Amino acid sequence: MSGFSVRQPGLLSLLHDRGRYGAHKLGLTTGGPLDFVAFDWANRLLGNDANATCLEVSFGGLALQAELDTSFVITGASAPCRLNGKPLEQWRTTDIKAGDRLEIGFATSGTRVYLAVSGGFDIAPSFGSSSTVLREKIGGLKGDKLQAGDHLPCAARRLPKALCLPAAERPDYASEVTLRVVTGYQQAAFNATQQWRFFNSEYRLTDRCDRMGFRLEGENVHSDIVGMLSEGICLGAIQIPADGQPIVLMNDRQTIGGYPKIGSVIALDTARLAQLSPGDKVRFEAISIEQAHNIHTLARARFLRCEPQPC
Amino acid sequence: MRIEIAGQNAFIIYFAEQTSAAVSAQIQAAVDNILASMREVIVDLVPSYASLLVIFDLDRSDPFAMRRQLRAALTGLDGVESGAGNLVTLPVYYSLESGPDLEVIAERGAISVEQVIEIHQQQEYRVYAIGFAPGFAYLGEVDERIAAPRLATPRQKVPRGAVAIADRQTAVYPAVSPGGWNLIGLCPQRMFDPNAEPSMPVKVGDRIRFSAIDREQFLAQGGEL
Repeated sequence: MSGFSVRQPGLLSLLHDRGRYGAHKLGLTTGGPLDFVAFDWANRLLGNDANATCLEVSFGGLALQAELDTSFVITGASAPCRLNGKPLEQWRTTDIKAGDRLEIGFATSGTRVYLAVSGGFDIAPSFGSSSTVLREKIGGLKGDKLQAGDHLPCAARRLPKALCLPAAERPDYASEVTLRVVTGYQQAAFNATQQWRFFNSEYRLTDRCDRMGFRLEGENVHSDIVGMLSEGICLGAIQIPADGQPIVLMNDRQTIGGYPKIGSVIALDTARLAQLSPGDKVRFEAISIEQAHNIHTLARARFLRCEPQPC
Repeated sequence: MRIEIAGQNAFIIYFAEQTSAAVSAQIQAAVDNILASMREVIVDLVPSYASLLVIFDLDRSDPFAMRRQLRAALTGLDGVESGAGNLVTLPVYYSLESGPDLEVIAERGAISVEQVIEIHQQQEYRVYAIGFAPGFAYLGEVDERIAAPRLATPRQKVPRGAVAIADRQTAVYPAVSPGGWNLIGLCPQRMFDPNAEPSMPVKVGDRIRFSAIDREQFLAQGGEL
């Protein structure tokens, strides 16, 4: 099957569908796009299946050569993108023809760029998903990140007309974010002072942030827990080990762990967190599970109501 | 049993403060009940030592409905037999060649290497949790005489199939990986094979026995030294 050839793989470019679900019983994590909002828009703009496989380009540095005529879109972090050397707009579909060179430079605002092609990349699923998890060596192309010389198969499928996302709907990747937290898990083991401190302090991203978890630094927070049994960890869970510095667990987190957790960041906000860089600032805001459900439902309704426009 | 919030689309059910065969059997029964009565709203489940994480589909359910359905699925679990779960026997080539920490464990317990090997096979273990890495099953609990703390310095490379002990847990490494557990033997059976169906010979709640094989049997069953 024809497709794209990888000329420069970039720092960390990974093939992902929406993630691997139902395999936690085997110890397999979820994977999937760190910023599912940008990922979903990429597929939506092309009229793809919501679970179609895209490329998550962390930080940038990707160069591909097309071997066929099709359409593509680039969403997510702002990065200088070029088609045959000419600047290219993000958040709008563009046609590409065999022999064209597509480049995604280094992100200037945000850190995760998404590249989708019409119909999605054609990657055989493992355990029901194409998502690449490096730690598990599963998904994508042989469980690995993109390498120079890799071949990304996809169909030749031009869109009849170009579509773009109205500017007002495009996310902005500000470097300060308030993360909404559904409190839970061992919340009760953090006394009132500790919780006040956690929800009223500013934390900075350290340079130890990866697809498993984002380590933050700031005010110490302590629980009364000495030892606990390992238990299942959901997306966004905020783990606070003995050093008192929170870690927000992301898509490639281990499925079980034994550190106290004060609650979990909602998915819309782990998506925002994933676009931040070391040194950027976050705050936490406690919300109820019912509020979280409302926020999710409203965001979903807005996503479905907003139609891509001809450009 | 208590149901707590874990995240926007997740509840965690705590069955007890400590783990036991009875608790593990209850968790397995809860998994079955939940899948039987509400599979269409379940995204994933993570059974562990004394808890079960239930991740649900926010577009198909809501926190109110989930609590109600979970409570219904959890009724009647008190009578679950602790003997439930499949019994799986795993062959192990125990030797100083395949189990470099056998002598350390023997010394700690003031027993012989032969006794360590014997004691490890004497009892039935239960799969309390699967995690850390694909196919890594935490089995408990080993006899106190052969319990041993994790190594101060983890090994860079533990071979696939290594049978190991850490505190009162035992496990078989599903793949080559770094590891800090004490190695006592090698199991020729693959604990995780992405191309096999099923990809794991065990699941949470199963009962495990270890049975000694010799070097020739180990090699004949596909083991590698």
